[in-house]
Amino acid sequence: MKPNPHEWLTEHGDYLYRFALARLRDPHLAEDVVQETLLAAMQNQTFEGKSAARTWLTGILKHKIIDLMRKQIRETPTEGLGEDIASSLPDEPGMDDFFSADGHWADSPASFNAPDGELQQKQFLTILQSCMDRLPAKLAALFSMRDIFEEENEIICKELEITSTNAWVMLYRARMGLRKCLEIHWMGRS
Amino acid sequence: MLISCKQASRLISQSLDRKLTLSERLKLRAHLFVCDMCRRFQAHLTMIRISVKRFTHQIEHDESVRLSEEAKQRIARVIESNHP
Repeated sequence: MKPNPHEWLTEHGDYLYRFALARLRDPHLAEDVVQETLLAAMQNQTFEGKSAARTWLTGILKHKIIDLMRKQIRETPTEGLGEDIASSLPDEPGMDDFFSADGHWADSPASFNAPDGELQQKQFLTILQSCMDRLPAKLAALFSMRDIFEEENEIICKELEITSTNAWVMLYRARMGLRKCLEIHWMGRS
Repeated sequence: MLISCKQASRLISQSLDRKLTLSERLKLRAHLFVCDMCRRFQAHLTMIRISVKRFTHQIEHDESVRLSEEAKQRIARVIESNHP
């Protein structure tokens, strides 16, 4: 069957865009990666027929997005000492703000208020998104690879050429940052 | 010997990325048994993980989110110029 890129764009373009936007959270990047995906698909000979087109295209798109995240992680300039992969030792600066010298919480985590109902759910997700946008690009990309793509740690480390320990430290820092941001903007509301 | 909240919070995060060793699990369990702040922290991380997934799923299935017409036309032109 002859591949038809224009048909891919018409039939699957919006879906591919949503898939990319959900993971990259940047409309321009999402548009670019959809374009790249369709171009790559045109060059690819493994297309197996119309019914499988969306799955096949999504597979290519997923690889493109992970490539992009990998680039973001590798190329983002160091944002302060604490963000440098090489200096990400367990007792790096930056985490001190969260704990006192004896290892106790400096500010105890605020009490838990899960979003309730559709409206709250929506508000919560908006805040979560803006908190993710505030993470340093490197941490956000690593966090996405782990928690959105659910890539295995070993695969992430191999792709990024970092050690497991570095990955754990960076993920820890990403989660600490996200949690703090949510605490201020969501949990702190009530 | 109980581990500190700082150590416990690290183990809680790492438990999302790897299987903790038996010794780590025991230390963490003992800490969580007496520390409601770290239990709260653990609940928050779980909530974040679930919410991020929900959020991704929601955008992915929101049919009102579409490629703009400009983007579609631009991509169509690029396809055209690359079509054999």
